[in-house]
Amino acid sequence: MSALKLDITQDRCPMTFVKTKLKLEELEPGDTLEILLTTGEPLENLPRTVTEQGYTVLETSLVRENVYKVVITK
Amino acid sequence: MAEKNKLSIICMSGDFDKAIAVFTLASGAAAVNYEVNLFFTFWGLNAIKKETGRGFIGKGILARIFNFLLGGRNNLPLSRLNFAGASPGLMTSLMKSRNVATLPELFQASIALGVNFYVCEMAMHVLGLTKDDFIPEVKDVLGVASFLELSKGGQTLFI
Repeated sequence: MSALKLDITQDRCPMTFVKTKLKLEELEPGDTLEILLTTGEPLENLPRTVTEQGYTVLETSLVRENVYKVVITK
Repeated sequence: MAEKNKLSIICMSGDFDKAIAVFTLASGAAAVNYEVNLFFTFWGLNAIKKETGRGFIGKGILARIFNFLLGGRNNLPLSRLNFAGASPGLMTSLMKSRNVATLPELFQASIALGVNFYVCEMAMHVLGLTKDDFIPEVKDVLGVASFLELSKGGQTLFI
């Protein structure tokens, strides 16, 4: 099982979603992907859109001001 | 998993800013698992020519002149304040400095995420072009009836 990481705090729409999607495609069942993202559009929509695609959000936690960590598994 | 949502865009404009809108929507929608169909017609065809610069391509003298003047993806003009072609480059630097994806990045992202590219048969014929004049990712050359069938049940935009 691998634990992948992705930091999209410096990216803007739509690359936040594009980079997430391309990284998610590398996941094997049981792997996790830890994403660092900012509040606003990414935090509001990314967990929802990955859930709609059949992934599970394991954790959403505040890392520092305006930055959250979201852990996803397949 | 639920059935895939679908977004189809008729890409008529050959403007730089409108191409950015097309590929932003296309890559963003594909990234959230939409099926995306791009139907390129008239000036929109410039965005997906294999020749990204100016080339005398096409059948017939008039078509070759037209295609040379229109150019490819690297020659798309800004719809406002184009300043004889200087503005797209300036806009790209501005986008880079603001960490916003540029047109080539959005275009590559759309390809990487499996966006479907289609060419309008009629416009291709007018400009004397063939499927080989376009990027290899072009899936098919279509008419109105096929596009309507393809976009049925989803959202359709005209840009």
